[in-house]
Amino acid sequence: MALQDKDRIFTNLYGFQPWNLKSAQARGDWDNTKDLMKRGQDAIIEEIKASGLRGRGGAGFPTGLKWSFMPKEPRADRPSFLVINADESEPGSCKDREIIRHDPHKLIEGALIAGFAMRARAAYIYIRGEFIREAETLFAAVQEAYDAGLLGKNAAKSGYDFDVFVHRGAGAYICGEETAMIESLEGKKGQPRLKPPFPAGAGLYGCPTTVNNVESIAVVPTILRRGAPWFASFGRENNKGTKLFQISGHVNKPCVVEEEMSIPFRDLIDKHCGGIRGGWDNLLAVIPGGSSVPLVPAAEIMDCPMDFDGLKAVGSGLGTAAAIVMDKSTDVVQAISRISYFYKHESCGQCTPCREGTGWMWRVMERLRTGDADISEIDTLYDVTKQVEGHTICALGDAAAWPIQGLIKHFRPELERRIRENGGALEAAE
Amino acid sequence: MADAPQIPDDAETRARWGAFAWTAENAEKAKAIVARYPAGRQRSAVMPLLDLAQRQVGAETQTQGWLPVPVIEYVAAQLDMPFIRAYEVATFYTMYNLVPVGRYHVQVCGTTPCLLRGSDDVMAACKNRGMTKGKTTPDGLFTLTEVECMGTCTNAPMVQINDDNYEDLDYDSMTRILEELAAGKQPKTGTQNPQRHTSEPEGGPTTLVAMVDANHDYRKEW
Repeated sequence: MALQDKDRIFTNLYGFQPWNLKSAQARGDWDNTKDLMKRGQDAIIEEIKASGLRGRGGAGFPTGLKWSFMPKEPRADRPSFLVINADESEPGSCKDREIIRHDPHKLIEGALIAGFAMRARAAYIYIRGEFIREAETLFAAVQEAYDAGLLGKNAAKSGYDFDVFVHRGAGAYICGEETAMIESLEGKKGQPRLKPPFPAGAGLYGCPTTVNNVESIAVVPTILRRGAPWFASFGRENNKGTKLFQISGHVNKPCVVEEEMSIPFRDLIDKHCGGIRGGWDNLLAVIPGGSSVPLVPAAEIMDCPMDFDGLKAVGSGLGTAAAIVMDKSTDVVQAISRISYFYKHESCGQCTPCREGTGWMWRVMERLRTGDADISEIDTLYDVTKQVEGHTICALGDAAAWPIQGLIKHFRPELERRIRENGGALEAAE
Repeated sequence: MADAPQIPDDAETRARWGAFAWTAENAEKAKAIVARYPAGRQRSAVMPLLDLAQRQVGAETQTQGWLPVPVIEYVAAQLDMPFIRAYEVATFYTMYNLVPVGRYHVQVCGTTPCLLRGSDDVMAACKNRGMTKGKTTPDGLFTLTEVECMGTCTNAPMVQINDDNYEDLDYDSMTRILEELAAGKQPKTGTQNPQRHTSEPEGGPTTLVAMVDANHDYRKEW
């Protein structure tokens, strides 16, 4: 049942071995890539569709289907581009960093194959600016691939010309949104674009573009080598494959680990993280998919399968599979308020509900933290989150609203207790 | 925008930085950067060039570097774009320093995963060394900033100082790192937990154990 080491894709996840091309090839990367490409573009897309791979960046859109939206015959004056999203900035997430600094050739080989399958001319890997050492590794790995003839003209002797470029960001969470990333790549502020047109129609430089997460691309070569049925043999229906889980917060041993999808939360923690700090009775709540998904109270998460549908059923989401664990010592209102501050800081300022709302919500959250509020303000706050959610160009507004909604849904008595104990504001209002 | 930086006096920066130009080495780098983007799309290079310029300023001033207005003008001119387009990029992204910083830019992550693991202690260690958030110490050695999630959450709490990360910190290890930097030494980067290598569980990995000592090829077991 349990995932075995031989079925793990990222074998050098922890960087015990060198990342360089020679070592990567010894682990099986770049092994006859030409033959994989010889299967043809449509066959590769079909294989990825059959594998059930869903985007690993948070939204979970089927990867093969996404590729199939790209034009079958790109025009010479309008080439297609693959943009790889390595702007990992979602609080809790730290998986792409491990891929880039320890297994970069999986990503680069994946870029070639995915770019070929969607008939792209080049890939841009957009790596977040704060990953300074990681970007150095990635630049060096791409150069290695060029020097070995694996990229560029007649890449990997496949007869296909393909370039991979690395572009460093400079510190803006919003650039992880695909259209903001494209804006940023064009040398502008990273402010999301209205959709439609979708990037597959008009993306980077107005050309057809697909934006994929690092993990989605890096697993592609292994899926093709081992076949779609192998990948689809892990996880529940509609939630296939293996996944990098990142567990932070109040577990005994936080870590990044590759496991099969749908693994129950309890197994994940007991097997790899040495259990919850202070035991399972001490678990308060978990944010299971990075800061933008609602938190889930202990009782509901303990035996929940960690996949898209399992977490949706408890009112949250898999997101990037970054579980932030909170034990009973946590000031849960402070923890969520700090997330509200994050969104206030990272709002790009384009849409009014988000620009004004994130700051307003944070200020109310800070008052709720100390209890310096009126009980009726909890409902007002909930109401405002509903006015921000769904009323902005991108999903940052939603991401700022959901954690607060989750807090109010599950910890309303705690909020009321603080207000009652503080007492002052209520009397002043009367 | 109460927390917006106070852009330094124009006349002074112009006198100091008005003649800014690439060093020979950076001119080569700039050329290679622009070549990554399609012809006519050189504006895409504005972010890497601003970073390069900041690093050059840093090298000249023995600090992490910053972007005086004349330097931004120089970059904009290089890419044949209006100054305001480069300036708005420089103000939008947090990694461009619009005011001078110290020799070491201490960026403490304070977002929830780090908060849960004790980023307050890391911040306290900084404050105990005389640092104030958003300020540079009088000796010009340290600038302290609280930053948002740096993407190393399983190694929380963490701090990024110039180009390096220091992870799995506590009050004592942070104090030691600052002391070593002040003494002109290079502290060990990455995790400060002797029981960890990178992001595996403390005390050794629960998976892929064969990889610890050898570059194991799992294909034989497929």
